[in-house]
Amino acid sequence: MQNSDKLVIGGHEFNSRFILGSGKYSLTLIESAVKYAGAEIITLSVRRANTKEHENILDFIPKGVTLLPNTSGARNAQEAVRIARLARELGCGDFVKIEIMRDTKYLLPDNAETVKATEILAKEGFLVMPYMYPDLNTARDLVNAGAVSVMPLASPIGSNKGLATKDFIQILIDEIDLPIIVDAGIGRPSQACEAMEMGAAAVMCNTALATAGDLPVMAEAFRQAVEAGRKAYLSGLGRVLMRGGSPSDTLTGFLHD
Amino acid sequence: MENNYFIDPDGLSESALKKKHELENNPASRTNHMEYMDGMEQIKSDIMQKVLEQVSDYDYSIYTSKDVLRALQHDTCSVEDFKALLSPAGQPFLEKMAEKARLETRKHFGNTVYIFTPLYIANYCENYCVYCGFNRYNHIRRMKLSPEQIEHEMQVIAKSGMEEILILTGESRAKSDVEYIGEACKLARKYFRMVGLEIYPVNTEEYKYLHECGADYVTVFQETYNSDKYETLHLAGHKRVFPYRFEAQERALMGGMRGVAFSALLGLSDFRKDALATALHAFYLQRKYPHAEISLSCPRLRPIINNGNINPLDVGEKQLCQILCAYRIFLPFAGITVSSRESEDFRNGIVKICATKVSAGVSTGIGDHESKYTGKGNSSAEGDEQFEINDSRSFQKMYDDMSGEGLQPVLNDYLYV
Repeated sequence: MQNSDKLVIGGHEFNSRFILGSGKYSLTLIESAVKYAGAEIITLSVRRANTKEHENILDFIPKGVTLLPNTSGARNAQEAVRIARLARELGCGDFVKIEIMRDTKYLLPDNAETVKATEILAKEGFLVMPYMYPDLNTARDLVNAGAVSVMPLASPIGSNKGLATKDFIQILIDEIDLPIIVDAGIGRPSQACEAMEMGAAAVMCNTALATAGDLPVMAEAFRQAVEAGRKAYLSGLGRVLMRGGSPSDTLTGFLHD
Repeated sequence: MENNYFIDPDGLSESALKKKHELENNPASRTNHMEYMDGMEQIKSDIMQKVLEQVSDYDYSIYTSKDVLRALQHDTCSVEDFKALLSPAGQPFLEKMAEKARLETRKHFGNTVYIFTPLYIANYCENYCVYCGFNRYNHIRRMKLSPEQIEHEMQVIAKSGMEEILILTGESRAKSDVEYIGEACKLARKYFRMVGLEIYPVNTEEYKYLHECGADYVTVFQETYNSDKYETLHLAGHKRVFPYRFEAQERALMGGMRGVAFSALLGLSDFRKDALATALHAFYLQRKYPHAEISLSCPRLRPIINNGNINPLDVGEKQLCQILCAYRIFLPFAGITVSSRESEDFRNGIVKICATKVSAGVSTGIGDHESKYTGKGNSSAEGDEQFEINDSRSFQKMYDDMSGEGLQPVLNDYLYV
C-alpha cells in the first residue's frame, strides 16, 4: 500500500504523510522526525533561518527532505509575499506555507489576508500551502486563488488540544478537491490517527513532538498513528453501531416491487 | 524599609548642590509629574486609567491558599487568578507555580531561549532619578560615542556571534537626539538581524522615524506604577512626567514598531502592585493592538557608582521567581527577559521555568566592549556604567551554558519586513 498510496502536492509525490513543523526546533527534533517519524517535508520559518552562523535550521535539514518555508511573522498579505520571495532567494524552492497572523496571543491565521497572498504568490509560480482557520468559503477562495493544498488548524497552535475543529475540517475534506493537511493543535498520536481516519491527506505537528519526554519514541508513535489512520481511511471504516444492535429483520423488507 | 538614595557625589558645584537638595527636600520645588511638558504628544487612551484603577483596588492580603490552588487549576488565567498568584498566599506554592509556568513556556516556546546583548551608546542624562547611576547629579565619566565608535563597538559585538542588539542611551535629547539614535539603528542593521531600542520615550512620529531606520522593538520601563512614589524618585527632567512615559509603548506601536517591552524596577515600591501593573499594562495594550509582540522584564535594583548600598529590599529571589511564574501563567505568549542584574545560578534556573530571553556579553558602560571582550583598548576613553551587573558571562559561555541546560539557544527569529 505504501508504494501506491502517494501524497501528491502540487505535482510532487511523497510517501510520508507526517509533516514536521518548525516553530520549536532542535537538532534532535529534526533527526527524530526524519528517522523515526519518516518526515519527508519539514517546514522552515524563514525568519528563523535569517541567521548567520550559529545553529541555522537550514544546516539541520537532511538531504532529500523537502523544505516548506513558512511566512511566520507576516501580519498581512504584503509581508507574507515579501517573506515568500525572500525564501525563494535563499534557495528554499517553490513551496511556501502562508502563515499570516494579526494576533500574537492565539496566533490565529487571518483568512482574508491569506487568500490575497495566495493569489499573488500562485501567479508567481509558488506552490502555495495556506494555513487557515477551517472555513469552507475561504477554502474555496484558496482553491480559486491557486493553492496546492489547504491547511486548516485543528486547535490553537501549541495547545496540543487535538481536533477541536473536527466537524469543520471534515467539511473541507468532503468538499475541497485539494489535499487537506491538518495543521496546528495535534497533541497526541491518537489525534493524528483520527485526522487521518477522517480523510486528511497529511498531518503536521511540532509542539507535540518537541515537548515529548522521549523524542525518538514519540516520533515513531506518530508515524505508526498516521499510517494506521491512513489505512483505516483507505479500507473504509467499519460499521459503527450507534445504539443497541442492528435489527435482524430489515426495515424495508415489506417492499415488493 | 527604604534605600538611602540621596548621596552627594564629589565635584558638584555649589549651585548644583543647592538645586539638588532643594529638589530632594522641597516637593514644592518640583514640577507636576502628571502634567505633560511642552512637545510631549498626548494620545487618546484609557489604558493607564484601567491599569491604575485595578492596581489601587488590589488588596493582596485577602487571597488565600484556596484562591491560589483554584488559579493553578484553571486552564486560562483570569486577572483575578493572576492577583491570587502574585499574593503572599502564593509564596508557599512556588514549586507548583513553577511547574505550571514551565508547562506554559514549553507549549509556547518549546525549549528555545533567545540571547541578545545591550549596547549603551551614550550616558548623558537630563533626569534626576535618584536610584540611577546615570542621573544628572551623579559624578561619573560621561561619554557619547561617535558614529565611527558605534560602528566599531558593533563590529566587536557582531564578531562574538551575537545577532540581536538592544541600543540604549541616557535620557538626553540635547546630547543624544533622535537623529543620532536613528543613525545608530541604521548602523546596527548592517551588523545585526534584530534591533531594539531602550531610549527616552518619544512621540509617535519619532518612533515611526526610528522604525524606518531599522528598529522594531521598544522597551520602556515605567520603574514604578505608583505615581505618588514615582514623583519622589524622578525629581527632575522629562522622565518626571508619569503619563507620557506610561503611553510610550502605545505610541511606539502607533509608530509601526512590531513589539514593545514593559517593566517595573523591583525594589522601588510595593513589588506586588508593580508586578500586577506591569502585566496589566501589557495585557490591555495587547488587547487593543492584538498584533503587537509583548515582552516583560523584571529588573531588581542594583548598586550604582557612588551608592553601593542600593539593593532590592524585600524582593528576594523567591519573590522574583513568584512574580515571573505568575507573569508566565497569566501571559503565556509573552516573552520574558531576565537580565545580567541577576546571578548566573538564578538565570540558569529561571530559563528552565519561564524566562525566554537572556542577555550575554553585557556592559552597561560606554565604549568598552573591545576592552571587555578582548582585553585590549583604552579604558580612559570609556563612559561609566549605569549599574553593576551580576552575571558577566560572555556570549559563547552563555551559549554553551544554555545548551548544557538542555535548551536550544536562538540568536534570531525575526525578519524586518
